[in-house]
Amino acid sequence: MGANHRDSQGRPIVAVTGLGIVTSLGQGKDANWEALTAGRSGIHRIERFPTEGLRTTIAATVDFLFDGSFAAPELSEKLATLAADEAVAQSGLGEAGDFPGELFMAVPPVEMEWPQKQELAQAIEGETDYDALLRVAAGHKHQPMHELFLFGGVAEHIAEKFGTKGSPISLSTACSSGATAIQMGVEAIRRGETEAALCIGTDGSVHAEALIRFSLLSALSTQNDPPEASAKPFSKNRDGFVMGEGAGALVLEDYDHALARGATILGIVAGCGERGDGFHRTRSSPDGKPAILAMQDALADAGLTPDDVDYINAHGTSTPENDKMEAMSCSAVFGERMAKLPISSNKSMLGHTLTAAGAVEAVISLMTIANGRIPPTINYSQPDPAIAIDVVPNQARDAKVRTVLSNSFGFGGQNTCLVLTAGPKAA
Amino acid sequence: MARDVVITGIGLASSLGEGVEAHAQALAANAAPVVDAQSFAPYPLHPLKPLELDRQIPKKSDQRQMEPWQRLGVYAAGLALDDAALKDDAEAKSELQVIVAAGGGERDHAVDAAVLAGLRNANQPGAFLNERLMSDLRPTLFLAQLSNLLAGNIGIVHGITGASRTLMGEEQAGVDAIRTAQARIAAGQADLILVGGAYNAERRDMLLLFELGGFLRAADFAPVFARTDLPGMITGSAGAFLVLESAERAAARGAKVHARLSHAGAHRSRRQPGSVAKALDEMLAAFGPLAPDALVISAATGCAAITDEEAAAIAKAVPQSRLVAAGDLVGHSIEAAFPVSVALAAAALSTGAANEAIVTGAAHWRGEGAVRLVKA
Repeated sequence: MGANHRDSQGRPIVAVTGLGIVTSLGQGKDANWEALTAGRSGIHRIERFPTEGLRTTIAATVDFLFDGSFAAPELSEKLATLAADEAVAQSGLGEAGDFPGELFMAVPPVEMEWPQKQELAQAIEGETDYDALLRVAAGHKHQPMHELFLFGGVAEHIAEKFGTKGSPISLSTACSSGATAIQMGVEAIRRGETEAALCIGTDGSVHAEALIRFSLLSALSTQNDPPEASAKPFSKNRDGFVMGEGAGALVLEDYDHALARGATILGIVAGCGERGDGFHRTRSSPDGKPAILAMQDALADAGLTPDDVDYINAHGTSTPENDKMEAMSCSAVFGERMAKLPISSNKSMLGHTLTAAGAVEAVISLMTIANGRIPPTINYSQPDPAIAIDVVPNQARDAKVRTVLSNSFGFGGQNTCLVLTAGPKAA
Repeated sequence: MARDVVITGIGLASSLGEGVEAHAQALAANAAPVVDAQSFAPYPLHPLKPLELDRQIPKKSDQRQMEPWQRLGVYAAGLALDDAALKDDAEAKSELQVIVAAGGGERDHAVDAAVLAGLRNANQPGAFLNERLMSDLRPTLFLAQLSNLLAGNIGIVHGITGASRTLMGEEQAGVDAIRTAQARIAAGQADLILVGGAYNAERRDMLLLFELGGFLRAADFAPVFARTDLPGMITGSAGAFLVLESAERAAARGAKVHARLSHAGAHRSRRQPGSVAKALDEMLAAFGPLAPDALVISAATGCAAITDEEAAAIAKAVPQSRLVAAGDLVGHSIEAAFPVSVALAAAALSTGAANEAIVTGAAHWRGEGAVRLVKA
């Protein structure tokens, strides 16, 4: 038996032994890392559906996985499958279809989409109201639509495919969901309930109505031309986020369990912090208090101080409000150090992958640690004088990074922060 | 060493009314359910007894920002906080964690019908859809539909600044929520958690989803365990929240303890004949020796074979039990079904109607769960 390693609070240490990622920049860690460090944007004109009459006509969609049409849950599931395949293969844990751990999945909320409703409506002679749709449904000739649009469907299918143990968790904390999936995996391992966890954030839900909903809330950038310059986190001329798609997957494992089987330790999830914000449905508290507390909680949970952090992977959505609040909150936590502490936003290139973002950005944060190179915040040509921070503008930067704070904030007062560190040098 | 987890707050609202007493009485008396057979015919359902919203959601502006499922959930959460005497305890509310089992919000049925009609004759369907949605969707409707905004609204209305998590996945979301809450408190990862869910059954978009799969009973009300003629769910509007607390914390503040939540299990079986019974057998066996006369509250759906297997597992584990289907009282409330059932069991223990209770639930499509409650 190996040594019994514990963290600063006497709990099992949570190691990362597998990582997987798919985004608009490509499939897999290598393709994404190459593009991210080259400062390339995955944002482009939307071709998936007509954009006539829309204020926003761009997104970072993943367009290379399906030839024909598909529903959002099908893309979310495909993205999750590919990311999880990569992560599980890297971890070398378990056998194919028999992952010895629990599943925690951040999945976008689903509902029946227009093409399916139109399919039902084709069988209707008169008025196309819900009573008529119900009469068509009662013929039970469209049974697969039920499973397709269940909230638990995607996680159920992933659990079946990978053979995860226990009741698969489907969760949402809006735009911090991916980070919450990781946090729930960390907690399960710390409880000793499971020795491994497959944590995934996935989102493939860019369709017309989803885009219009965000557009009606004035949350999206309307600077459509050129698309790759639309997401400008922390810039003075930032005007909203850009929807993105993707998935990130992490295999978390009890550190001693990983050591005992000779696994490569890719990093440690050292701490998690979360706070609610009872201020407003879409806006953050202007004083940034919940975000500040979430960051401080994550550091305390990791047994670290602000001085230990080498780099911040920002939530950095490119909305006027988020970026201001986030920079201010970071300044409150890190004090004067904030002027030179590197902080960059992957969303400048990937758009906002929404439900997936926390997991996608955790994967990139761990690649940042492994490669000693920080992906830039691109499109930074007009600094916001109110935000005096080092956003790693436009060019990737070599740096020794051992500890990353990754921020995720969402609608509904969700604030989740993760502290990710390099593995211990000597076990 | 696992810590004891106790229930110190119960919030319930359904077709039977609101509060612990109304539901405990109905449970004790085997009260007849309130059924609306007409409004959504041929699908009967159990409509929510109208709530005096101002009592839990004082601001009209908050009420307007929510859809019925959110108002119901926020209301039930408020009842639980009141019952636990935490509503005015700002310090507790900054520590309180929230776990919500949620689906999504209601579609605008009129807009959908009009858009579908227009799409039939549209020369450019894509452009037509964009135009209609841009002009006809209310901007705030999105927020009333987002799954995690029930938790968000609970935070805003009741002034909770602890963190929230929303679990999804139909009935199993309710099981996962309660199991996770119990486990976190038992392990010392949290001291105080508000957990539950809410479901508005009075909406055709959800009936449509379940009818597509053939999971609804399109005939008169019949008891959950007696639907072999025409199996299926009869849904009901209901919201249930529980305040779970470490026994130490509850004792330190002199809280009234309704029951101890001694065991919680959640399982995913590869569904095939016998798998549901086996899953429940194993979970209940792991709960240790059960009192043979324990009260059993079942969150069963009424979907034929699955529900029969659930009944068999219960009969095997606690042969002399009194078995009550929550569906026979308030209908099946999907994400809220398991929290409702646990709340009913807690109410029974609290009022002395039982000394021990088991709650089971096998979901209509995936997932099985069970908990055990004992006198504190």
